[in-house]
This record gives sequence, structure tokens and C-alpha cells, in this order.
Amino acid sequence: MSAVPPLPAERVRARVGAVPDPELPMVTLADLGIVRAVRTAGDGVLEVVITPTFLGCPALPAIEADIRAVLAECGHPAGRVRQELSPAWSSDWISAEGRRKLSEHGIVPPGDPRTPLPVRLRLGLRCPHCGSVATRPQSPFGATRCQAVWVCGACRETFAQLKAV
Amino acid sequence: MTPSTTGRPGRDLAAYTLRLGDDALVLCQRLCALVTRAPTIEEDLALANIALDLLGHARTLLAYSGRLDGTGRCEDELAYLRTEREFRNALLVELADGDFGVTVARQLVYALYGELLYAELARCSDAELAGFAARAAKDVEYHRMHAAQWTVRLGLGTAESRERMRAGLELVWPYAAELFETDGLVERLDAAGTAVAPARLRDAWEREAAAVLAEAELAVPAASWQATGGRSGAHTEEFGALLAEFQSVSRQYPGGTW
Repeated sequence: MSAVPPLPAERVRARVGAVPDPELPMVTLADLGIVRAVRTAGDGVLEVVITPTFLGCPALPAIEADIRAVLAECGHPAGRVRQELSPAWSSDWISAEGRRKLSEHGIVPPGDPRTPLPVRLRLGLRCPHCGSVATRPQSPFGATRCQAVWVCGACRETFAQLKAV
Repeated sequence: MTPSTTGRPGRDLAAYTLRLGDDALVLCQRLCALVTRAPTIEEDLALANIALDLLGHARTLLAYSGRLDGTGRCEDELAYLRTEREFRNALLVELADGDFGVTVARQLVYALYGELLYAELARCSDAELAGFAARAAKDVEYHRMHAAQWTVRLGLGTAESRERMRAGLELVWPYAAELFETDGLVERLDAAGTAVAPARLRDAWEREAAAVLAEAELAVPAASWQATGGRSGAHTEEFGALLAEFQSVSRQYPGGTW
């Protein structure tokens, strides 16, 4: 394989950010806000710093492998991925674009901290099946650690919300 | 500042994170065994999710402990290759699964403690532990809500549910004190601002527990005796069986990966 000239950190960051999340492939790592830095470390190696959404998340090895593959494609075959726990990830870090994509795929995003408060305070989430707001939380524990379950009073279906943390 | 991996501060912090990691790991294992045995399928899901959160906490804490203690052991080596006497969890989390009232009572005791502990630890001077705690506190807040809601529901339910919740509380209450025990290790770390001596959380825990039980119209059990020993590796009889099952695959297929 011919050597690829190494891309600068900013361009690598864009490529890493475009990697889809293995569990929620409709959103990217950038949408989720987990890519914290792409920079050249003290030893000259390009380093990608990520913050896990959920501690010990089983998707992390897949995410790290995907990032390392991108680093190799960008001419940084020795590049590495490092986890940083502080500051802790919050669902507030999900971008507006990420929220839109989740909604489109029937997963209601957590409340957007950028929305002014009087709008954010609402009684029910909008049901992704029928559009009713006559919904109520059923359980904070759903199909995965990051999803809560809501139930719609109008169509009686359940739906997932990305858990606010 | 992250303490050096050699010398006393690093070893102290390694021992401290091992205690917290073992608490999370062992409670995770107990909760996993309840899946398909909860009263409803939603509750199966809830207990499995709580167990997964705890597994995530345990992995992070054990991996950190292994990096700090100078042996370079990874999370799996710490979880699967230690013997019973080397585990440092409090006895509360290893109590055998029994009635659902016991499960709820144990969850209430542990989650109230975990929420207070992690909120405090989030302000400690060790950046990695603080970051872990800030994130873990949010998970444990959901666990506390879950346990408190069940305590109130069972307490205000039927005579049967109320009696079983009361019996669960009575069984687990003597195991709460151990969570707040102090020794030279936690006092050194607390004085340095690196970690939290759990004794400082006791009053807040008592208040919060009393508030939940008051809402459930249940009495705070009298602490007739206090369990101790887990932090020095002296465990209950049931713990050996738990560990034997937990470590069986790793011992049958040493080094196996998939």
C-alpha cells in the first residue's frame, strides 16, 4: 500500500467526526459530541481524545477501532485514541443536527439545553408514531443503557427517548 | 493532578478505587442473576440496565485501579483472577438474592449512598476519578429514583407487599453501616482531597433514607447489629458461590477472548 501523506489535524477531525456511532448509526461521533480533541501529542503522534457517553459502554472498542481505521486512511497509521473522563459527557452535548437525525429515526432526543426554558418545559414528548403529545414516561430503562421508554396515550405505542444524562 | 503510580498516594488511590469497583461489580452480578425473575418484564429490563451501568462503573474503576497499583493488571484480570479474600466490596452488595423486597431494599441503601458519594467525588482533586464520578452520579440518580419508587409503591401497596418490603429493609439495614466505615486509607485520601471518606456522607444518607421510608409509611429499621469485614476481604458464605459462578468461564478457558 502506498503511503498516504498525513492530513493535518483539523481535516482528520472532520473525518473522525463523520464516523457513525455503532449503536445509533444515524448519528455521527461529532453529532454526539464525543470527539473532544484531535491533536499532535508530545511524542509527535496524532491523538484523538474521546469522552464516552456511557462509562464502560460496550460500543467503545468498536468506536476506537473505527477511529483508528480513519487515522490510518488519513496517513496517521500510528495515531492513537485516548479516553478522557473529565469533564463527563452530558446529553446536552448532542448537536442540533444530531437531535434532528435522532428525531427523524423515531428516537426522541433529550431536552435541548439551548431551547429557552418556557419552551423546554412541556408535559409530554411528541409521539414519533402519531404526533400526539399525550405521552408519559414509562421507564427510564429501555432497550439500551442510553434509551428511556415512553408510552403514547393516543396510539398506545411505546417509543424510545435518548436518556437525558 | 493524577497521583504517581508508584508510592503511597498511588497505592492508596488504587486500593480505594478497587473497593468502589468491587462494590459495583458484585452488585452487578447479583442483579444480573435476577433477570427473568423480576415481577414484570419492564422490571427485568430495569434491573438489567442498572446492572449494565454498574458494570460500566466497575470496568472504569478496576481499570484505573490496575493502572495505579503498579501491577499493570487490566480490569479482566482484577475481576476474574482474584480470590475471594482479595475482593474488597462491602457485604451489602453480595447478599444473596431472595425476595424482591430484599432487592429493592438493597438497591435503596446502595443507590442513596452511591449518589451522595459520587456527587462528592466529582469535586475531588484527581481528575480521572472526578470525571468518572460526575458521570456515574447521573446513572445512580436513576437507580435511586427506581429504588425509591418501588419502596414507596410496595410500602403503600397491599398488606403483602408492605410486609415483604419491611422484611427486606430489616434484612439489609445492618449492612448499611459498612459503607460508611473509615480507616487510615480513606482518611489519608480525604485529607489530601483526592477522595471522599464515606463517613462524611452518613448524616445525609440517614436523612434521605428516612424521607423515602416516611413517604412509604415504613419505619426506619433499628440497627440491631452492624456487618463488617468486606473491606478487609472477610466475606459472607454466599460470596464464594457467587465468585465461583462469576469466574467459571474465565477459569475454564484461561485467556480466552471472543
